[in-house]
Amino acid sequence: MTYEVEVFSRPPLVDAPGRAAAAQAREIGLAGIEDVAATRVYFLKADFAEADAHRVAKALLADPVSEVYRLRAVGGAWSAEPPADLAGRRALLVTAKPGVMDPVEASLLAAVKDLGLPILAAHTGRKFYVAGAATEETLAALGREVLANEVIEAVTPGDAVYEFREGRPFQFHGAGEIAIRTLSEAELVKMSRSSHLFLSPAEMKAIQEHYRGLGREPTDIELESLAQTWSEHCVHKTFRGVIDVDGKETIDNLFKSTIARATRELAKPWCVSVFEDNAGVIKFDAANNVCFKVETHNHPSAIEPYGGAATGIGGCIRDPMGTGLGARPILNTDVFCFAPPDFDAKKLPQGVLHPKRVMRGVVGGVRDYGNRMGIPTANGAVFFDDRYLGNPLVFCGVVGIMPVDKCFKHQATGDLVVVVGGRTGRDGIHGATFSSAELTETSDTEFSHAVQIGNAITEKRMLDALLQARDRGLYTAITDCGAGGLSSAVGEMAQHLGAKVHLDRVPLKYEGLSYTEIWISEAQERMVISVPPKNRDEILQLFASENVEATVIGEFTDTKRLELFYQGQPVGQLDMGFLHDGVPRQRRLAKWVATKNKNPRASKKKDFGGDLRAILGSWNVCSKQWIVRQYDHEVQGASVIKPFVGPNQDGPGDAAVIAPVYGSTQGLAVANGMNPKYSDIDPYAMAACGIDEALRNVVAVGGDPTRTAILDNFCWGNCDKPDRLGGLVRAAQACYDLAKAYGTPFISGKDSLNNEYQTGGVSVAIPGTLLISAIAIVPDVRRSVTSDLKDAGNFLYLVGLTKDELGGSHYYALKNAVGTRPPRPDLATAPKTLAALHEAIKAGTVRACHDLSEGGLAVAAAEMAFAGGLGAELYLSKVQREDDVTRDEQILFSESATRFLVEVEALRAAEFERLLHGVPRSQIGKVNDSGRLVIHGLAASSAAPPIATGTPATDAAPVIDEPLAALRAAWLKPLDW
Amino acid sequence: MPPKALILRTAGINCDLETEFAFTSAGALAERVHVNRLIEAPALLDGYQILCVPGGFSYGDDLGAGRVLAAQLVVHLRDRLRRFIDDGKLALGICNGFQVLVKTGLLPGPVDEKLGTVPSLSDQFAQTVTVTYNDSGRFEDRWVHLRSDSDHCIFLEKGEIVTLPIAHGEGKVIPTDAAHLDALRHLGRIALRYVGPDGADLPPFPFNPNGSIDAIAGLTDSTGRVFGLMPHPERYLSGLQHPAWTRQLKGPAAEGDGMRVFKRAVKYFK
Repeated sequence: MTYEVEVFSRPPLVDAPGRAAAAQAREIGLAGIEDVAATRVYFLKADFAEADAHRVAKALLADPVSEVYRLRAVGGAWSAEPPADLAGRRALLVTAKPGVMDPVEASLLAAVKDLGLPILAAHTGRKFYVAGAATEETLAALGREVLANEVIEAVTPGDAVYEFREGRPFQFHGAGEIAIRTLSEAELVKMSRSSHLFLSPAEMKAIQEHYRGLGREPTDIELESLAQTWSEHCVHKTFRGVIDVDGKETIDNLFKSTIARATRELAKPWCVSVFEDNAGVIKFDAANNVCFKVETHNHPSAIEPYGGAATGIGGCIRDPMGTGLGARPILNTDVFCFAPPDFDAKKLPQGVLHPKRVMRGVVGGVRDYGNRMGIPTANGAVFFDDRYLGNPLVFCGVVGIMPVDKCFKHQATGDLVVVVGGRTGRDGIHGATFSSAELTETSDTEFSHAVQIGNAITEKRMLDALLQARDRGLYTAITDCGAGGLSSAVGEMAQHLGAKVHLDRVPLKYEGLSYTEIWISEAQERMVISVPPKNRDEILQLFASENVEATVIGEFTDTKRLELFYQGQPVGQLDMGFLHDGVPRQRRLAKWVATKNKNPRASKKKDFGGDLRAILGSWNVCSKQWIVRQYDHEVQGASVIKPFVGPNQDGPGDAAVIAPVYGSTQGLAVANGMNPKYSDIDPYAMAACGIDEALRNVVAVGGDPTRTAILDNFCWGNCDKPDRLGGLVRAAQACYDLAKAYGTPFISGKDSLNNEYQTGGVSVAIPGTLLISAIAIVPDVRRSVTSDLKDAGNFLYLVGLTKDELGGSHYYALKNAVGTRPPRPDLATAPKTLAALHEAIKAGTVRACHDLSEGGLAVAAAEMAFAGGLGAELYLSKVQREDDVTRDEQILFSESATRFLVEVEALRAAEFERLLHGVPRSQIGKVNDSGRLVIHGLAASSAAPPIATGTPATDAAPVIDEPLAALRAAWLKPLDW
Repeated sequence: MPPKALILRTAGINCDLETEFAFTSAGALAERVHVNRLIEAPALLDGYQILCVPGGFSYGDDLGAGRVLAAQLVVHLRDRLRRFIDDGKLALGICNGFQVLVKTGLLPGPVDEKLGTVPSLSDQFAQTVTVTYNDSGRFEDRWVHLRSDSDHCIFLEKGEIVTLPIAHGEGKVIPTDAAHLDALRHLGRIALRYVGPDGADLPPFPFNPNGSIDAIAGLTDSTGRVFGLMPHPERYLSGLQHPAWTRQLKGPAAEGDGMRVFKRAVKYFK
């Protein structure tokens, strides 16, 4: 028997989802939709009587205070009437497509069984009753554009009879062979694309050669294993290949000769494990190390923003969990790149979701997964540019903490291969190879199976059990099932050993998966551990006691071969050497061509208040409160510096600080640096400024620059194109130069290199985007500093040298210009500046500190002033600057690197100055309580003062004189959704 | 002998570690126990003086916040729980734990207490209040001001004003109807209310962050020994957790407002 239970909100309570749907329909201009009422629907397949179904509805489905329900046996009559005001409306039912995971289903089944009632299956849906004269087409558009994402959900008429569909068992007829030995190159290329392998012609030929040598054809599962393992996503072919730089230079392995080289040469004793494990590990205190990983989940988020982002954060959380013997996640940081939310909907290319919808979905996905996991999302950033329209970027970063003796794996021959956590389904097939493809108009339909749906609670439950098993020493190694699923996880763990895996033992969500699908599915919330046979019973019992599924699917061997079985028969056998080292190295051409930009004409303005408000109200600079407050940034009770600062928590902070060990005052600062605008002039400057900005942010809150590690995440266009690769090479070279000069090692990183979007025959690449994420030790969190101004009368110092570097600035963006001179950190003075400022903060001489980034001095001063609710008066003439800085606009808005605006008590000014000896700095004004920001310009007659002793020209007229309320309002307005 | 606190844990509960730390810091012996262990052996509960259901998303809040865990407690542990409270012991629900206690019916408990009629056990587990979606329609993390309005809730001091963080998507408290609300007021069950920064009653958003009826932030039962609240006292144990502590020239306060809730629970047994 199938019962249908429909739950309505009890009048007069507000039907929030219905109201939101109606509002969004209006927003996108759907005519004739007057009102929408939303209900939840549950389909229960069970052998119990109707009275029992009522019991389920009352105990679990409908809230007795705020909701009412009606129930019927499917096809029968309702046992209670719907609210009268829904009569005559047309209804749409939204349900998950077959094979798409419905997280509520599992909880519902367990809860019904807990009531002592037998139940076979349960599905959920949402029903929408639409009032108004909308046409059938409009109704269909409502379903498609507002109510459902048809990639994963089906919209059907609300009165159709619901059928439970079940998978049919997979029909196994022995291993399937794929004939490739006799194919021509053209045929190999065709097969690579049509089978979604996304291997290059050279790679296809290498596989062909290998099997010719073996004297047999590959099986389907072998070919898939190779495609997964050799995907750009998994082996970083570009970074590890050979690059011919414009015929002048050959780079053999860009990664090893830049990023990894800096780390190796710096040889920091506090680096525990770098570039080896699922996250980079550094020392924290005597008992604990911390690890950090940042990843992207771009392509899935483009076609299903909510699910793509949720599984992005879910997958990244599994990286610390799969580092060493497993770390406990303690902080999330999320960075997104979108097209502007006000993008003209009429200009939207086919197959592309509107950026506002993408943004709502991505934020919702990160929120629901991160919040449910109980990990504070304490830091992040959002960057907007039109070129992210078809290819948004979603970076998820997670910090974990682990005991010092749990940082390395030691799997051994004879250990059991155990898969833990969620079941395997058809979701997420080909995610790893999909990320190697350019997105096209058909991506949303062609790759819908690459989208995974997350279930945070499955992951949380698994985490709780795994940490207990780790502490009891029950397993010897762990890794997550990420891209490539079991094929990658087992393949990696068994790389130096070998393994036998019985694929029919893997628990499935539903029948019908082939052995290959089981092997490469990227179904979420699964990890693989290696368990010594003697611990088998104890660990399985532990997992069962926490309702976590764990299954022995094979064992590690000493054959250096991966041997795959289904129903006892061999279906694949791969040599570990060929699998991991057989991929032919790529040889590519790089040629960076400098863009030809011009500087706009110098401004003759006397008042820059309007420009300041415009920058504060720009998408990139404005308050991200709408996003940040949807994240739980305080769970775990470790937060010391939160995203918003000031007496009313309405000013932007620079970095998150947490004290993760209860009772200890040692902390961690985490921040990001990124500014793709500079890429339009020079990717070297973009990368250099990203590193400088990440370090500025952690130092500004009290992080120790000599105990800071960084991570790189490159998102780039198609690097088969020499200009894109040329830019990538320049950015990587900056990474080496800066890391060496600053003494800041890279400990982990990732790249996503096919971020292009094809439409109308044109390929649009994203701007070269490098996200730098920094993690710093804060020696004593009680010395941490925030950016809000604290007390009237205190001095304001500008630390660092201001240069004529308006290229790529937000000020030039106001003028629709890019300019020619982006900021370039000074490699000699920058590390000294960071070190000296850190000493000054540690000594307690700093009351407030804010780094100068987007919008330069004017924006930093405004943010500090309105965050503190006080006021400030500054003099541009006192700013330390280079000789060619002669105009107010240059000093106000240049984004020169390694600069900070610092508030110091008058009594401690001498001490502060002494600690900053040798570093460019000058007192440029004072804090007051006027409620205004006043910035005096350079006096008309004054030339640039000598760098060492700027003398003030205090009588110069203000070039900015704005009430803080107006500045704050401008900053808050754009994302006040 | 310090009191023993059982910090209930299950899939999706995620504030158990800091809640354990809060009770330990306040002087209790705290242990985190999975609900499966209690269901297997309900007598386990007898060894504790305090039961705390911490924050999180028990079972993903999949059928509504706290719904599934509440159903489990009622199905498997109702007699044991009632006896626990009647024995003079304490129960505290924080955020998701508050939602759970409300949905079991333990909070605010039956209000019909005419002389001589003891409510039946099934009435005591009848849900009369709900906690549902915020008026803003989204999850909110922010700090709020609260005033304690109950003279019999042992976790609070009547009239005190405290500052605590909230972090929830379903925090709007709704009683059955207007008459029920009147009864709750009259009986002092509304233990905690959101107030404005200046202490003003019935403040607007964001000071009442979810649109709760009568600005209800926390409820107690007739005994005052069962208490639940949406804000997170375990996230303000130390001055360093306050969002504006850096403004204090002398450094952070020694103790956060949330610590008092746990200290009073421990002191109750001394």
